Amino acid sequence: MNQTYGIAGVTAVVLATVLVGALGLRVSRTTSDFYVASRTVAPRLNACAVSGEYLSAASFLGVAGLVLAHGVDMLWFPIGYTAGFLVLLAFVAAPLRRSGAYTLPDFAEARLESRAVRGIAGVLVVGIGWLYLLPQLRGAGLTLRLLTGAPGWLGGLIVAVVVTGAVAAGGMRSITFVQAFQYWLKLTALLVPAAFLLLAWRADHTPAAVWDDRPLFQRATEVRLDAPLTLTVREPVRVTVSGTLDGRPLHGSSLRLAEGRHRAGPDTTLRFPAGARVPLSDRTTSSSWAEPLSAGHDRHGLYATYGLILATFLGTMGLPHVVVRFYTNPDGRAARRTTVIVLALLGAFYLLVPLYGVLGRLYAPDLLLTGDTDAAVLMLPQRLVGGVGGDLLGALVAGGACAAFLSTASGLTMSVAGVLAQDVLPTLGIRHVRHFRLATLPAIAVPTAAGTVAGDLPVADAVGLAFAVSASSFCPLLVLGIWWRGLTPPGAIAGLLLGGGSALTAVTVTIAGGARSGWPHTLLAWPAVWSVPVGFAAMVLVSLSTRHRLPPNTATTMARLHLPEPRTP
Amino acid sequence: MTALAVAVLVLAALAVFALGAALGHGAARRQREYAADGDAVRAAFHVLHTASLAAAPLRSGLAPDTARKAARRLRPLLGTPALALAVPSGGVLVWDGTAEHHRDQLAAHLTGAPTARTRAVPLPCDEDGCPVRWALLVPLTTGATTAATLAVLTAAEATTTLARAAEEAARRLAVELDLADLDRARAGEHEAEVRALRAQISPHFIYNSLASIASFVRTDPERARELLQEFADFTRYSFRRDGDFTTLAEELRSIEQYLELARARFGPRLRVTLRVAPEVLPVTLPFLCLQPLVENALKHGLEETVERSTVTIAAEDEGTEARVVVEDNGVGMEPERLRAILRGTAGPATGIGLSNVDRRLRQVYGDAYGLVIETGVGAGTKITVRVPKFRPGVQAPPP
Repeated sequence: MNQTYGIAGVTAVVLATVLVGALGLRVSRTTSDFYVASRTVAPRLNACAVSGEYLSAASFLGVAGLVLAHGVDMLWFPIGYTAGFLVLLAFVAAPLRRSGAYTLPDFAEARLESRAVRGIAGVLVVGIGWLYLLPQLRGAGLTLRLLTGAPGWLGGLIVAVVVTGAVAAGGMRSITFVQAFQYWLKLTALLVPAAFLLLAWRADHTPAAVWDDRPLFQRATEVRLDAPLTLTVREPVRVTVSGTLDGRPLHGSSLRLAEGRHRAGPDTTLRFPAGARVPLSDRTTSSSWAEPLSAGHDRHGLYATYGLILATFLGTMGLPHVVVRFYTNPDGRAARRTTVIVLALLGAFYLLVPLYGVLGRLYAPDLLLTGDTDAAVLMLPQRLVGGVGGDLLGALVAGGACAAFLSTASGLTMSVAGVLAQDVLPTLGIRHVRHFRLATLPAIAVPTAAGTVAGDLPVADAVGLAFAVSASSFCPLLVLGIWWRGLTPPGAIAGLLLGGGSALTAVTVTIAGGARSGWPHTLLAWPAVWSVPVGFAAMVLVSLSTRHRLPPNTATTMARLHLPEPRTP
Repeated sequence: MTALAVAVLVLAALAVFALGAALGHGAARRQREYAADGDAVRAAFHVLHTASLAAAPLRSGLAPDTARKAARRLRPLLGTPALALAVPSGGVLVWDGTAEHHRDQLAAHLTGAPTARTRAVPLPCDEDGCPVRWALLVPLTTGATTAATLAVLTAAEATTTLARAAEEAARRLAVELDLADLDRARAGEHEAEVRALRAQISPHFIYNSLASIASFVRTDPERARELLQEFADFTRYSFRRDGDFTTLAEELRSIEQYLELARARFGPRLRVTLRVAPEVLPVTLPFLCLQPLVENALKHGLEETVERSTVTIAAEDEGTEARVVVEDNGVGMEPERLRAILRGTAGPATGIGLSNVDRRLRQVYGDAYGLVIETGVGAGTKITVRVPKFRPGVQAPPP
């Protein structure tokens, strides 16, 4: 990819973001602008902002990469990310807004009238926020590495610095406009290149992807390996190698790779001819791509799929940066309308993503060798269109990716910082955080530091883990809190600790690279299947056994959550 | 099972063991200390603790459920078969213990004017082995009135010691009832203050507004009509009766109406800049807590000088809080005088606006959320209000 264009694209996005932030402020500055008070954020604008904040690096880069590598099973990711809002719409959106809560700990306190539940909810919010920030920073590192060749940790650090600076300087003032702008930017950054990519694909005589075997190199392709790799070749192929292969140092010599396993050393470049079959690497193990549940991604495909469905469907409602945006709605009705529009906006976006996955399978199968499947979206314009056009489209996509991790990271950082300053730091004895801006530092420093030591998990997978924790802790709290009078503070604490705590433990073990294979790995990597029922069961059973601890104002609170507001004249 | 899974299980087991050991150690230490204390200390602790437990529920006033809790905890202390709490109107609020068939009989004794003295009355009964034959009626006096009567029901006429113990218990309960009264009085005072604030707006402002509207009636009837409409909307909001809280959107709308009326009076001398982040419009805040600040800014900016005045009102999003800044470029004031105004000792001419807003904000959100005022003579005034986006119990009534 052309560095200059890419960097220009990213810079343009950052500048445009700052500009929209400042301009939005100027719009509300005019003196003659009366009845400013009636101009609350309209559902349509807020829906764009929710979508802008929600579509993260995982959606923009990760899903296409997973589809490329593991096939149709991975379509559950975009479906789940969208359907989560359907569950939110049906069970949570309007009552949550009517509760008057700004953050999830606020809701816990409003409903259960207990400081203890509030504290635990605060700790979980911080945990989920950090888990979710981790892949955003990794996505940033990946993008920067592809653009400039800088080491992976640098991109994460730069985003961390930019976000901290923006929040600390109060640069995110008209945040709603900025986030709404980011949604349309991300959509454009996928839609426009997609049109050109499809044209290029037609011009290439519409080759079909190889569905049930290893993909073929459509064109002669050079693969650069930074780390050592073991390849399994099934059909003999003639390649040009510079570097080390099977222990022999080579310098641009052409040789025939025989059937069997070969070991490539670090810093090796392999050039495959057009039409060659992509060798199997030890990083990706997919065999059958188009068939569901073919055990591509995980040995226990059906279980993993259910884990993914449960986590994404139920986890969306517990994401801290999504919940705070609903406060901007003037009432419950507007909250519901916002959610409906969000469903449409996300649906449109996620229609494009699998397209990149399929085209990536066709034109960038070498990513299966290097393991950088998350880079597919960024590579495709160069590969298919090429020339200045390809560079420009590449710059657009890079800008979109930049928007993806900037918007999500800033939204997450601000919600985590708010909860840190209000709930978590005071209980640790740090009382005098005068400003929530000071809390921005730990809010983003911890995931940045963790990102440098954590294992190389695909971006979308890491986000899935954050969803799993949210689904097993806040989904029970919100659903039971809104729809069941019998929830008591001890019940809520038990559910949050057992459901959320167990999911958090499983996720931490997975990220730290604990269990690598077999059932222990599957159970820990897809915890939602068991941790969501654990969370619900703990809340219900403990609540039933502590009936005398019902919050005194339960009836009033429930009435407020469920009675619709009178229509304003 | 992998080695790692075993390691995780072992660690978890160790953690559970450590937790159990810590809990057990603490319990054992408390047990030892308890045994080491003398009987007298333990008895004193027991009595005092039970007495405060029994009295605590009445802190929120005398009602059937609080009375039930109090009676249930008090009865073991006096060691009687039954205990009752009655209100002067003759109703027995609660009967704790056995022999409840005496309830009506007891109620009959309590009709008529309540006495301020303890008295014993017999409760004759046909039932064999009924443990209640006598009632000791102890009044709970708060101030000069008898708020309730504590009935201690016994098998024989009460001894002097029991009577004294019952009187002490009654006094303890009466103190809590006194405190509950004090709470009610405080809430009443708070309500009266808000009402005073509403009333304070009226005379001066109404006179000025009507006068400036009148000046438009002939020259610009359409403008006069619009201004009258603003005036009607503004007074409706300011005099509304429901709820202590409102949303920032509602409060700002009322301020805009107020400013429109002020603009009619001052014309081009008044420049107003509104800079409102739409994100904070749904924030809930105390009713009429910004309007006095704007009124204050106008007063300092315009009524005491002849030059043009600029008033800036800005509302910004600050994460978990909203920040509202009201700024004017008027004459400002001496910090000493400002302090006196906030203390409420600056004399009647200053009105109750600023100090009232300051006190109400502190009352609702805590001392960290009072008004922040930056001013100096000739340097204008800048007032900053911070409002948390959520606080339990702070709810705006539906619009």
